[in-house]
Amino acid sequence: MQVTITVNGESWDLDVAPADVLLDVLREQIGVKSPKIGCERGDCGSCTVLLDRRTVRSCLVLAVEVEGHEVTTVEGIGADRLSDLQELFITLNSFQCGFCAPGIVLSATELLDENPNPDRHDVQEALSGNLCRCTGYEPIIDAVLAVGQRSGEVTP
Amino acid sequence: MTTTHPFEAEAERNGELNAVGTSAVRIDGIDKISGAAQFVDDLDFGPGLLHGAVVESPHAYARIVSIDTSKAEDAPGVVKVVTGQDFPYNFGMYMGDRYIFAQGHVRFVGEQVAGVIARTHRQAVQAAKLVEVEYEVLEALLDPKEAVADGAPLIHPDLGEYSHVPWFFPKAGTNIAHWRKIRKGDTERAFAEADYVLADTYRVPRYAHCAIEPHVTVGKLDHAGRLTVWTASQSPHTQRHLFAEALAPLGFSHKDVRVITPYVGGGFGGKAGVTMEVIGAAMATAVKGHPVKLRFTREQEFYNTYQRQGVVAELKVGVMNDGTITAVEHTLYWDAGAYVEYGANVVNAAGLSATGPYRVPNIRNDSLCVYTNLPPGGPYRGFGYSEFHFGLESHLDRVAAAIGMDPVDFRRKNAIVEGDELSYGAHMNPSGLLPAIDETASAIDWGVEEQSDDPNTVIGKGIALFWKAPAMPPNASSASFLKFNEDGSVNVSVSGMELGQGYLTVMAQIAAEVLGLPVEKVRVETPDTDRNPYEWQTVASHVTWSSGLAVERAAVEAREKIFDVIHQVYGYEDDTLYLADEQVKCTTDPDFAKPLRDFVIDGIQTEDGTWRGGPIVASGKFMPEFTNANSDPETGQGGHPNVHYTVGACGMVIEIDTHTGRIFVRKAALAVDAGKAINPDLVRGQITGGLVQGLATVLYEDMRFDEDGRLLNPNFTDYKIPTAFDIPDEMIPIIIEVPQPDGPFGARGVGEHTMIGAAPAIANAVFDALGVRITSMPITQEKVAQAVSASPT
Ligand code: FES
Ligand code: FES
Repeated sequence: MQVTITVNGESWDLDVAPADVLLDVLREQIGVKSPKIGCERGDCGSCTVLLDRRTVRSCLVLAVEVEGHEVTTVEGIGADRLSDLQELFITLNSFQCGFCAPGIVLSATELLDENPNPDRHDVQEALSGNLCRCTGYEPIIDAVLAVGQRSGEVTP
Repeated sequence: MTTTHPFEAEAERNGELNAVGTSAVRIDGIDKISGAAQFVDDLDFGPGLLHGAVVESPHAYARIVSIDTSKAEDAPGVVKVVTGQDFPYNFGMYMGDRYIFAQGHVRFVGEQVAGVIARTHRQAVQAAKLVEVEYEVLEALLDPKEAVADGAPLIHPDLGEYSHVPWFFPKAGTNIAHWRKIRKGDTERAFAEADYVLADTYRVPRYAHCAIEPHVTVGKLDHAGRLTVWTASQSPHTQRHLFAEALAPLGFSHKDVRVITPYVGGGFGGKAGVTMEVIGAAMATAVKGHPVKLRFTREQEFYNTYQRQGVVAELKVGVMNDGTITAVEHTLYWDAGAYVEYGANVVNAAGLSATGPYRVPNIRNDSLCVYTNLPPGGPYRGFGYSEFHFGLESHLDRVAAAIGMDPVDFRRKNAIVEGDELSYGAHMNPSGLLPAIDETASAIDWGVEEQSDDPNTVIGKGIALFWKAPAMPPNASSASFLKFNEDGSVNVSVSGMELGQGYLTVMAQIAAEVLGLPVEKVRVETPDTDRNPYEWQTVASHVTWSSGLAVERAAVEAREKIFDVIHQVYGYEDDTLYLADEQVKCTTDPDFAKPLRDFVIDGIQTEDGTWRGGPIVASGKFMPEFTNANSDPETGQGGHPNVHYTVGACGMVIEIDTHTGRIFVRKAALAVDAGKAINPDLVRGQITGGLVQGLATVLYEDMRFDEDGRLLNPNFTDYKIPTAFDIPDEMIPIIIEVPQPDGPFGARGVGEHTMIGAAPAIANAVFDALGVRITSMPITQEKVAQAVSASPT
């Protein structure tokens, strides 16, 4: 089946099978590798991407469903310049192995889009679908809260 | 032993360290946050890539009567089907009891019986279902106590034939693959003379590592006969060695085998040694010219990679009324699983150190590695210590309470200190255990009773100490190469793995410190065994120490070469020269400053127009030369198996909802003696990560098997690991620094240790809150609720 998908601002015409999931199409056909394969059943969040600015688990989304929609991955978020969130993830040591980081950055990006100054509970809730086995989450939560505080500061 | 360290002179001259001891930003940060970081599954192999799938045993113990691969071979897309007959070899890390594919018998549910290689992943998985295997089912043993009983069926009748390291003592004709004994002093007499003796049994189940990246491997045998294997691994050189050995009958030598390990998405011990990678490597040899990818599903990740072994711990402790521990008897029955080639060393490590960080004059430890028909046990963060500390530290709280002593005072009184004799006769290294106890106790306001305003909530506090030594062969070693570039930047090559702990950054900091460079001028990359020098494995929390020493030595050698050129050209004596701000400077000539970039490749031109120097390259290696694993099998005395111990303390403040039994961790404090924190932020990262991982083992994680040995919860829906909600309200990382005399800048490892204390500290806090002692992990909500309803108040 033919589908047209926009990924990180570029349009792709693709030939996909009905059972192909977005995660595999991104990784194998487009070569966008930041969404990771962690469980293939919606449990871990490492395949998280933004679909029209809302997070989805790309292992559960059929590629045909994405026809005409826009997908953003971490490659698209920091293409020109790392976002504040990405910068803070580095300086606050918010990832270790980094396998979860692309998905977590996207979940946090969605949260900050909707709620620029979240509290700790909001952050925990927004990230609760993204598993991280390395950090104990604390430094991740700190980074998201710090972006919120920064945005609070620049608000006129 | 003492060694003089070049850094001491350097630090004295400069008055301070510039790179070491700072929270330098991790050098893999930009890769990992931008999506640039490549993990094995992210590498491209072109249209020739084939995919592997594994045919698995449905039985815990069975004889393979026949395997019919014909239908699978005819299935669409299938290129090749292989079975144990194609690879009739055994191998293993410490004991050769393992096979690439099952040989005649299967010994756990999920064991690989055959492999299918096809053009697509889907085709491989479909065809694997068409392989027909006939089994004769045998009686399976799922419990280590049953497996050691007289007359139990044998899981490995050939145990007596297996090769093994000299410090293992298998008992042929039984299911005991290794029995580590420690006999010191006279426990019988000490128990008879003790004022108080307490004996009880503690149970710890199996656990899964749950690195978020599943195991994946790509093997390729090229037309020139070289085998290259890309793996998600903690152990590139050990894997190369084991692939070369296991596949030696096919004509491979080590130089023909190459292992490349890009970034790895978490390890925790689960990606140490070799598990499924050998299957991928072997499959590749069957389809010359084609790369073959084998990626485990999350389910396979749970049941056919290493698991943390379960243990039944029988513990007896004797004390005097003044609180002095006089005797410890600790018998550990390990549920080691179907193959123990790696797991037996977990058993060994625990047996050597099962007294915990205490001064104990009379010891009787028996640590038994027992075969069962469950998946192979293996290394998991803490390597046996996480397992036995639960019982030990629970027990000591009970002993203290029984003699009316405060648990913290009791521990302080018995805490091991530098020079104390260890269970096997060697002596304890310098350690910050006492300050760790004090700082942890004060972080949780130990001794201050807290009460909740809510009548249905009780508050408890608990503390636990921990120690752990790297468990490794006595001669496990590390090496490094270092080369300067034209602009005065440096590439360091090592073969430790960046698992997320920050290893690459720490190696860069060490090189930068010695060479007077900013950390950003040092590049350290993930290994390739063709190019990077040897490293045993990234396990045992030893790479900061061991690989750090190799890097330090390479940097010192490079510095000597730099000084030598300067001396040749300008005549300054070496001992007046030093490196700072990317320049060579001189203590006797303040005006002299020669930028490194001016000469580290091209050399320096002398007055007659000729040149001196040339590219600065160096190497360094480290192997401990004071260790030895030879000891009396019956007493464990006489050797020096461990290089040193890292110690610490963990404290918890919890609230329990007495209606539901739910535990909320309000505060978790953990102090660990890093010797010298090369990068304090990274140490704190290990503490928060380890605490949460340890808390999960005590609060809810647990691998559950049915009576046929089948794992019931091989996914994240049923085996829950912590989410962002499941963390303590507050975590307090505490870094203690009592230098390790032979460590790089005084450092020793901390990675695993941060996981050990959480479980017993929670058990002790539950007791403090409810007056109820729970002796089996995990301490689930149900167990607590039952305990509450059964308790008198
Ligand atoms: S891979 Fe999609 S949620 Fe785990
Ligand atoms: S950093 Fe390793 S899983 Fe999150």
